[in-house]
Amino acid sequence: MPHLPPVPLSWYLVLSAILFVLGVAGFLYRKSIITVFMSIELMLNAVNLSFVSFSYQLRRIDGHIYSFFVMVVAAAEAAVGLAIILTVFKNRGTLQIDEVDSMKR
Amino acid sequence: MFGNFQPHAAEYLRFLPEIVLCVFGIAVMMLEAVTNEKQKLSLGVISLIGIVAAFAANLWSHTDLGAAFQNMLVVDNYGIFFRGLVLVVGLLCVLASFSYLQREGAQTGEYYALILFSLVGQCILATASDLIMVFIGLEISSIATYILAGFLRDDPRNNESALKYFLLGSFATAFLLYGIAWVYGLAGSTNLDEIRRVLEQPQRMSIVAGLAAGLIFVGLAFKVSVAPFQMWAPDVYQGAAAPISAFMSAGPKAAAFAVFFRLFMTSFRPIDARWIPLVWGCALLSMIVGNFAALVQTNVKRLLGYSSIAHAGYILVALTAASSIGVSAAMFYLASYALMNIGAFVVISYIAARHERHVRIEDLAGLGYREPVTAALLAIFVFSLIGVPLTGGFFAKFYVFQAALDSHLIWLTVLGLINSAIAAYYYLKIIVAIYMREPGEAVAELPAPAASLRAAIWASAFGTLILGIFPSSLLSFVSISASSFR
Repeated sequence: MPHLPPVPLSWYLVLSAILFVLGVAGFLYRKSIITVFMSIELMLNAVNLSFVSFSYQLRRIDGHIYSFFVMVVAAAEAAVGLAIILTVFKNRGTLQIDEVDSMKR
Repeated sequence: MFGNFQPHAAEYLRFLPEIVLCVFGIAVMMLEAVTNEKQKLSLGVISLIGIVAAFAANLWSHTDLGAAFQNMLVVDNYGIFFRGLVLVVGLLCVLASFSYLQREGAQTGEYYALILFSLVGQCILATASDLIMVFIGLEISSIATYILAGFLRDDPRNNESALKYFLLGSFATAFLLYGIAWVYGLAGSTNLDEIRRVLEQPQRMSIVAGLAAGLIFVGLAFKVSVAPFQMWAPDVYQGAAAPISAFMSAGPKAAAFAVFFRLFMTSFRPIDARWIPLVWGCALLSMIVGNFAALVQTNVKRLLGYSSIAHAGYILVALTAASSIGVSAAMFYLASYALMNIGAFVVISYIAARHERHVRIEDLAGLGYREPVTAALLAIFVFSLIGVPLTGGFFAKFYVFQAALDSHLIWLTVLGLINSAIAAYYYLKIIVAIYMREPGEAVAELPAPAASLRAAIWASAFGTLILGIFPSSLLSFVSISASSFR
């Protein structure tokens, strides 16, 4: 098996930046509430990738632990968020973000 | 390393307010299961006791300042001030909620427990000295508040408010976290003082540091509803239950501003040439957007939502000053803003009637004839929001603009003063409605305010007037607290 050079840090960071930007774009341009919510999760996972690769580069363990913190919080947020989305669907029967706008004026 | 991981007893005592709030919050959740419909109000009283106990623990922690849990938290005068402020906010909101929940038929234990948990997060934010604690505190506070915003789950406006708050709040969190990740990669640490030490060395990738600070700025700007990241605030404040709007516009906001100032005045101080222009622009934009949009509002809660954006702009003026005078001015501003804004929202929650039918400006018509005392107190809050002398709002604005002038921000001061003159127009519409219109249908059927509601309104008004007549009582404390930021 040939010896492969290690993947440099910058590749991970670029990938993480691309994922983050995809998440932002999804948040801004998607119309379904569930997709918007998934875009936020994508952003959080991009952050996790940065944390882990920085942690590996710095030879410190705390970045790995931070990524677990992020996962735990994201899980709590998902539980609350899906419950909120469910009540919106129950009351309005729609998951299109543009149709949830009863408060202009 | 692992040998000294066991925290010292003194560290737990510094952390006592949070512990007390957690214990009471869990107790309320447990008791919720074994109480019947009539006993639910006692859960509210228990949480009130919990907040008072946490406040006492906070005062007592003043005797033993210092760091806790491996420098994750630092209990200093600044932290104690903001912990005290959010606890007062929580106290007033719980008091105001008793009769509101009774009226809506939604008296439950979870509501009070969620307020307590949210306060835990805000207390952690006030004392956080590590970016990870900032993240954890912000999320504890936010997740509880998302639920509170949509607490009346059969009300479509409540749902919408919670949905918008949740989506934009988590979007903001992602930005904040991405900034934290970059700061961690750059400085090799998430401790605020450590970051400052790294950034003080010249030529340490200051463009990347500026970008990371910018991401954190975006995240926090969403949380404090500063333009151009303010779009959620009016919808959320309008849709949520009035006592919760009061809570959201004061508590989480004060805590987020506490972090904002601590972060930018310590960690990012060495690169202030990069962030001051950004903050300058956002301060001006918030004042303009908030005040001009508020001019055309007819819904009082929405109007207060826009006015809270403008007030966030005034507070950012103090950050632009980037001095310890600016920090103490912002602390004073947040204290008086919290009192007057909660007071105004609580009076609105009283007039709103069941399902918040009466929340337009014309619904306030004739309040001065029907309920002269409540109307006079509302007038005090509105005058304080304008910034009339003898109210806390006057000295708040005065100190902020004085701090700005001290830092030679002449244009920002001039534009800010013009803005606060424009703001007087929409606030005075409320005064006109109260005193110069015939009582309408909304006011005619108004019952006398409940005792708890009266207590909340009187306490806010009393605080607003004390800050306006004896500002030095608080000012001396905030100047000492802010003197650690240089």
